[in-house]
Amino acid sequence: MSSALLFACAGLGLFVIGTWGLVLRAHLVRKVLAINIMASGVSLMLVGTGAMGAGEVDPVPQAMVITGIVVTISATALALALLLRLAHATGRPTLPEDRERDLMDEEGR
Amino acid sequence: MKTGRGNGEPGIFLRAALVLLLAAAMVGVGLALLAPPVGIGLGAAVEANLASSGVGNSVTAVLLNFRGYDTLLEIAVLTVALVGVWALGPAPRIEESDASPILLAMNGVLIPLVPVICGYLLWVGATLPGGAFQAGAVLAAAGVLFILSGQRPHVPLPGRSMRWIAIVGLAAFLCVAVGVMNGERRFLEYPPGLAGMLMLLVESAATLSIAVILAGLFIGGRPEGEP
Repeated sequence: MSSALLFACAGLGLFVIGTWGLVLRAHLVRKVLAINIMASGVSLMLVGTGAMGAGEVDPVPQAMVITGIVVTISATALALALLLRLAHATGRPTLPEDRERDLMDEEGR
Repeated sequence: MKTGRGNGEPGIFLRAALVLLLAAAMVGVGLALLAPPVGIGLGAAVEANLASSGVGNSVTAVLLNFRGYDTLLEIAVLTVALVGVWALGPAPRIEESDASPILLAMNGVLIPLVPVICGYLLWVGATLPGGAFQAGAVLAAAGVLFILSGQRPHVPLPGRSMRWIAIVGLAAFLCVAVGVMNGERRFLEYPPGLAGMLMLLVESAATLSIAVILAGLFIGGRPEGEP
């Protein structure tokens, strides 16, 4: 197994873990973290697949990943700012339909 | 859905469906990764045109020249995100605690060094890994360290100049992109002789903007008064 394939598979795993967290966790900070983990997974997979071909490493996926990192950072910052305002306004860091849910996830589900 | 896990907790069906979906995605993408590649990639095409791009680093050439659109829109996304965060209200005040002596000593060494590192990263981006985003991120980190350090001069955030510097990167990029247009050349198609210089100009403006935007996103609101 080449290291590039290993990176791509690790990226796939991170994406799956992030999706799981995004769907099942109620706390919005966890959701934002989950989206970041998904984005890291996609980046890792892009860079990994770009390095899998024979010969030179493809620079185009690397440039796309740099762009993607910047977009992720700005989206995260905007999401966190919105989340702070929401928590301040409603008193709970969740969406309205998740108001009743257990935010500490004590069962480790 | 009532499941015995508490009100509104995701039910067993949702979890099972999610497991199936994610397993299918993993198997599908995994098989695609293991399959022989269908395309040859763009590495050779970039390598062939690198000489005409004005820089020696292929990633910088892709970012600023071959895929200039992406980078232009990326800076636009950053600027719009900053506008969004600032539109939500004034920056919250950071409650200061006593800074640790390690942070203060580090700040004394790091913050004066940062402009040098930033300039180096910006300049070296033409031939080696580096470039506007990396340089801007380092500069923004200096700003964040300054805001976080407990012992700083009590100066208000320069809101007016922050607004101008935040848009200078997008403005310079757009001016260059439109300015190179004439009869034959299209939007963002640099003239071959001037490409390197124009890209350095765009990157310098973008570095300043990225630094101010990232620091502005960190403070989390409109800069009014002290952070």
